[in-house]
This record gives sequence, structure tokens and C-alpha cells, in this order.
Amino acid sequence: MADLSIDFCGVKSPNPFWLASAPPTNSGPQVMRAFEAGWGGAVWKTLGNPIVNVSSRYAAVDYGNTRMMGLNNIELITDRPLEDNLREMTEVKKRFPKHVLIASLMVETKEEWKEIIRRSEDTGADLLELNFGCPHGMCERGMGSAVGEEPKVLQEITSWAVEYAQVPVIIKLTPNTSDITEPGLAARAGGAHAVSLINTIKSIIGIDLDRMVPYPPVGDGSSNGGYCGPAVKPIALHLMGQLSRHPEFGLPISGIGGVSTWRDAAEFIALGATTVQVCTAVMHYGYRIVEDMIEGLSEFLDRKGMATVGELVGRATSSYKDWGDLDLNYKVIAEIDQEACIGCQLCYVACMDGAHQCIHLPGRSAEEALAAGHIHLPKPEHVPTRPTENRKGVPGSRIPYVDPVECVGCNLCSLVCPVPGCITMAAEDGGKPFESWNDRVARGDAIVPGGLACTINPSK
Amino acid sequence: MKYRLDSGRLEERFAEWKPAYTKAEAIAEANRCLYCSDAPCITACPTHIDIPTFIKKIASENVAGSARTILSANVLGYSCARVCPVEVLCVGKCVYNQWGRAPIQIGKLQRFAVETAWNEGARGLFPKPLPATGKKVALVGAGPASVAAAAQLALAGHKAVVYEKGALPGGLNTLGIAPYKMQASDALDEIEWVADLELVEFRCGVEVVERVSGDGQVAASSLLEEYDAVFLAIGIGGDAMLGASAGAGPAERVVGATEWIERIKGDAAYRLPSNVERAVVIGGGNTALDAAHELRVLGVPEVYLVYRRSETEMSGYAHELSAARKDGVKLVENRAPLSYAVENGELRGLNVAHASAGRPVEGTAELFPADFIVVAIGQDRARHTQLARLFPGVELDAKGRVVVDPATHRTGNRKVWSGGDCVNGGKEVVNAVEHAKIAVRDICNTLNGAHHG
Repeated sequence: MADLSIDFCGVKSPNPFWLASAPPTNSGPQVMRAFEAGWGGAVWKTLGNPIVNVSSRYAAVDYGNTRMMGLNNIELITDRPLEDNLREMTEVKKRFPKHVLIASLMVETKEEWKEIIRRSEDTGADLLELNFGCPHGMCERGMGSAVGEEPKVLQEITSWAVEYAQVPVIIKLTPNTSDITEPGLAARAGGAHAVSLINTIKSIIGIDLDRMVPYPPVGDGSSNGGYCGPAVKPIALHLMGQLSRHPEFGLPISGIGGVSTWRDAAEFIALGATTVQVCTAVMHYGYRIVEDMIEGLSEFLDRKGMATVGELVGRATSSYKDWGDLDLNYKVIAEIDQEACIGCQLCYVACMDGAHQCIHLPGRSAEEALAAGHIHLPKPEHVPTRPTENRKGVPGSRIPYVDPVECVGCNLCSLVCPVPGCITMAAEDGGKPFESWNDRVARGDAIVPGGLACTINPSK
Repeated sequence: MKYRLDSGRLEERFAEWKPAYTKAEAIAEANRCLYCSDAPCITACPTHIDIPTFIKKIASENVAGSARTILSANVLGYSCARVCPVEVLCVGKCVYNQWGRAPIQIGKLQRFAVETAWNEGARGLFPKPLPATGKKVALVGAGPASVAAAAQLALAGHKAVVYEKGALPGGLNTLGIAPYKMQASDALDEIEWVADLELVEFRCGVEVVERVSGDGQVAASSLLEEYDAVFLAIGIGGDAMLGASAGAGPAERVVGATEWIERIKGDAAYRLPSNVERAVVIGGGNTALDAAHELRVLGVPEVYLVYRRSETEMSGYAHELSAARKDGVKLVENRAPLSYAVENGELRGLNVAHASAGRPVEGTAELFPADFIVVAIGQDRARHTQLARLFPGVELDAKGRVVVDPATHRTGNRKVWSGGDCVNGGKEVVNAVEHAKIAVRDICNTLNGAHHG
């Protein structure tokens, strides 16, 4: 079994799975149950000066029968007395000395930062996480994402914290910024030991069309909230990747944003995270999900011949490239497994209306194909002979086929196919060497005929 | 106009086989639909309802739109949702079957859409009727083929007058459907929606005859004279009974299947005879299966389906047999009925012989004890063929079915079209609706002068 323990800024964690600062880390009894379930660390619900919350607070995006693809909230930092939180944090650390306890902090003045850092460290907290990310409520008071969006302010407060802190300081970044590398590098310049990202994204989840009030309704109104959950994972990976691949960055990263399974976690780690933080999936299914995360990641590392999580960190970072560096001569072509096909023809309609009209239905004449909207017909040698029915009993006439000449390898058919593995994208060896757009630019050959450039500069 | 049935009917004691979906259940099921392109379920529906589209509209909570999609293809979309053998039609063709996953419950979703839209008072569920043409069509028999045809004629601007001998419209859809699928009152509700169309008129209790000899009669010849077209949907007649050699049993204990089902559905005063302990249903078709299943649900302790051939040769649906068996019906294969066993005027049972290829084997006669016998061996077509022959030029085939051009459903009489059981020998409501669609299309073409026949 692979070793899941990790070292984050010199702090050892039994595994890379931490709970993010959120409702699942609101109290001592909760965090203790989480540690018993197997979570390696927990970032306590953000400490600060007392606030009041509203009701209701959460709203979600569903997709079909899938609940909570995305979640947003208008809840603020902890609404419990500071004394209670600090006492319980001390108890947790005493009872679980090998688990990682992280204090999440959000205050305003330099004096307040000094005070809250001292008191947090007194609990035995292993790390501090400065919450410069919360995008609702707190930012209107000059905290949270209001700090994260201003690199200079972020850098200054970071430097205060680093000055006062005895333990490593993590800066939690907001995604609500046009270029994540600016606050990322500002954190580094301020002396931060690590960053975590992303905090939630500013959002309005939807409108209650009966009440004409956005969700989640608070009486006759609502407010923009912070968006999280599986739907934000792609945004989180992108922003995290921007930092992890940046040559001047180089700090450890705790990845956050839609992590629900070991696979999500492995992806964040492969793109440069050392730990991941989880919230929405626990709010949906409970602490118990960590069992599969631990087992699944361990099995995965074994399968890949990696002995530690450390070997996985950043494995995919260098393959995150700019578009101009991609190989223009690489080509994939869709292949439909006729035995796996169930005959729904979603690939056909998607290709016809949403892509390049290169998926055909068997048994059609050229006239019928043209009447159906095809603009190019397959060569006879590319028309397969379909059986009367496949092994599943699907009539051969319902099993589409791909014209490999016209297929541009866009992936759409394989994405809409409801049967996993039925449509694969096979790489074709075109026999051409690697050539990127940037190569063409460097050669002075970056003109594609047929556009304005040809008209403006006919000599090309 | 409201068609009301007295309560206390035996059918009211039946629980629904497939209970209605709640809104949450319907949306969850609708969301499972893959929304296939050129979906096999549409092809499997005789009326070609755009099933994925109506399901998608349930998922988006556009229930009125969903009902509109259904009713635009099938004006009896509500009944069909309840009574169609979806297992062998749309649901049977769902691509999930091939994937080893549960198929979409299309019938239950269709019921949800139409029922919810009607209950919510949604407007404009039928297409907007065309302006009145002044043409009028007589429809003979008020079964599903006529009800569907009347609705579509009215929507096309033609006056539709339906003549029905019985007191209630709907034919077998009202009085022949197994009560665990749909009760007569629900069937009548649907007919109300059709009857509410301005150009539709039902004349129940009126018999079509050769020569009028009293009240409640109309001559076939006058229909041909007074109307621009006639649509014959006269069904396939009453129950056939065993031949004269079988003797006779006491009338209350030896009954024809459709007549008996009609009584449990429509006659509030009807009760089973006292002390029925062991009932026999003779036959192997869907009516026999329905009758046997219904007897068990009504509490008869032992119910046997006596069929002269083997299970694999039964014309009844396998899924209906398995459902009946689940409720305790027992199938006795390869037994030919010979005669009723009657002693001192009391029914003792049915004399049967072992059968080979459906024929009795000599020397194998035995008594199959029973105290109630339902005969479900087909229809006696005599009266109906007689009725058809009142329309000159209308031909019947050797089995007594009205001969039509399948592309138009026009008969040998240029003014007469026909559809439903009298044409196909007895199929589903959905087949009757499709006949009506084809016939009405041709009637409209003819009446509107698109072509001259």
C-alpha cells in the first residue's frame, strides 16, 4: 500500500485529505468525528469578530436527477463565541495530536491579526490559513475577497501575519480576480509559506420564479453568494494550474474546489497540489466519504507504481500548456463500438447539429443522407457492414458510424454517449512531426488562407 | 353533458396496478430519459407520439406542453397511457432494455402529463379547431375508434355525430378494460373532454337498423343520405359461447367474458353469485387473462384458466399471464372444454378432455370441478356482420372483418370508412386511434375536395 502521508510546509499529515473551512468544521465534536472517520486535517470555520447570519443560506444547482452539482451560500464566518472555538480547538488537538489542525482567520486591523494569531497558536494549531477569499458579506466590510482582490493589501496583511506567526501561514485565495498569478505572487512576496485555492466564486444561483427572488431567498430578497461544489472544479483546476506552473511561484498548494472523490483529489495533486480541501461533498454525503478517498487514492498510487503521494504531486503540471504550444499535427478519430452501442443515436444528432456532420446512419442512400443535412458523404470503403442486430439486440440500422475522413476529433460524440467506453477517440499516426502554432509564428508562417489577412496582405 | 355511473360497482374494489406518479416521481423518471434521436419508442407507438419530447417537457415542468405533444398525436392519449400494453410497445423498445437497465415508464409518464394538465385546467390541449366546414359525418358505434375519429373530425371543422346503441359511450374502453388498469369513470372523463368539443355530438341509446320500427332507431340508409361520410366502428360483437353440444349451465354461473366484465365495471347492482370458490375461465387470449385475474382480485379462492393449447401458443400477453399468476391464477394447458356439468340445475363444473394440438383426445374426458365459468373464446360476429351489411358496398372478409384500404381505411362504399376492432379483429385502443387518424385524414381530403373518389 502506498504511503498517503504528506509533508506540507514541514507539517506532517496522515493523508492529503483535509476538510475546508466551512460548516463541517464548525465545532469540536464535528471535527473529532471527522478525524475518527479518517480525515487527515481540518481547517476550522473561520475565526474573527462575532457576526450574525441570515436564514436561509444555501442554494444549489441540480442537473437532471443529480442534486447539488453546484452549491452557493451566503453564510458568514463562525457565529460562535471565539472562546468556545478556541477551547474546542485545544481539545481536538490534544485528542488528535497527529492530525493537522488549521486555524482559519479573518479580522481587520493589524492589532486584531496579532491578537487572533497568538490565541489561535495557543490552541496547538499546526497552521494558519488567512481567509482572503470569502466573496459575500465579509468583503463588503473590507475583509475576505476584498483583500484577495487587492494584491498590495494582500501582501501587506500577509507580511503582518508572517511576522507574528510561529507556525506556517497559508493564504487562501479568491477566484474572483482576473489574473490569479497577481495575488499568488503577492502572497509569496508577503512571505506566505503556502497558498490554498480556490475560495468560492461570486454567484447568483437562480431565481425563484414564483416569488421573483434570487435563491436562496431571505424574505423578499437575496444576495450574491459563494459558489462551490463539483461544478467549480474545472475553474479551480485552471486557477491552481496557473500558479503551479508559474516559474516564479513555487509555494506548496492546498487545492480546493469541487473535490468529491479520490479521483478529483488525484487530479488536483497531479496538477500541483500537496493537499486537497473538501467541503461540499461532505455537506452532501457526510464525513464517511473519506474512506473511499483514502482507499481509492492508495489503490491508484499502487497501480501506477508510486510509493508516496509526493510522487504524484505536479505530474501533470508541465503538460498544461498554452494553446500555441499544442501539436497541430495530432489527430484523433471517433470510433463507435457497435457491440456496446444501445442505438440511442445521441452521437448522431450531436454531430449533425452541434459538430461536423460526420456521423452517419447505416442503410441511407446518398440522397437520403444529403436530405438529412449531411454536407459530405463517406467513401464507400468507410461504410461498414452492420449486422442485423448486435449482441445486445440493437438493430444494426440504429448503430451509427463515423466518416474518418471528415471527423475532426472534437470528442463531442464520445461526451454525449451514455454508455461509458462505447465511443473512443483513437489517435491516428499521420506521420507528421510535431508542429505548434508558435512554431509557425517563429517561422513567420502563421497565416491560414481564406481570412482577412490574405485580403489585406495579398503577397502572403 | 356528464356521463355518470352509480357507485358500488365491483370495479371500485380494485387497486391500481400502476398507481399514478406524484410530481416528484414523474420528474425523476423523466430525467432518466436519454432523449434518443429518432427514438425507437416513437416507432413502436402505433400513433407515433413524440415520446422523448413529451418526457423532456415533464422534466422541465412544462406539463401542459407535454400533454399537448401527446394529444396532438393521439386524442385518447390518456386512455392509452393507462391501458396500452406498453411492455410490448414503447417501453419494450426503450434502449435501456438493451443496456440491462430498467426502461423508462412511458405509460406512467404519459398518464401524469395528461392527467395533471387536465386537473390543472390547462387550456388549448387539443389543437385549435379549424373553422366549421358545414360538412357532417356519422359515426356508428361509440368505441375508441369513433371517439378518436369524432374528435379529429371536429378539430378539422366537420360536425361529428356518434350513434351508440348502448347507454354509455366508449365501448370496450369504458366497459371492457381490466379495472386495475382503468375504471369506467376515468374513461368517461376522457370522453367528456372530447364531447366538450363544439362539433362533437354523442347520440347514445340509438340503434342503427335497416328499417326504423320505433324510437331509438335510425336507418343506415338515412345516415348515408343525410351525412357527407360515415365511419363504421362497430366492434366485434358479443361473446361466443360453447356450442350446443356443451349444453347449458345456470345463467348466473356460466357467463360470457366481455358481458361479465361489463357488469363488474358498469352495473352497480351486480354481485358474484354466492359461494363462488372455484372459478374456471375458458380461453387463452387477453380477455380470458383479464377475467381470470379479475376473479382472483375479487376474492375467488381458486381461479383456473383452462386453455386447449399450450402456454407458448396463447394469444394473451406473457406479461399479463405473469401478472395474473402473481395474483394466484393457475393455468391449465391442453384441456379442451366439452360440456357444462350440471346436476339438478346446479353447476358442478366443466367436462374437459386432454387435448393434443388443441383437439380433444378420445377417452380422456374428466370433470374439472367449478362453481363459476367464464367463457372467453372469442366473439359472436353475427349481429355485427349484419350491421355492416346494411351499408351497401361494405365488404367483409372470411373472418367477418370489414375490408378497408389500409392507406385510407375507406371501405368498398365510397362514402363509408371504417376502423377499430371491426377492421383488425380486436386489438388495442391505440390501434383504434391510429385507424381513426388514417380514416379522418382521408375523409377530410375527400370532403375538402383534395381528391375525388
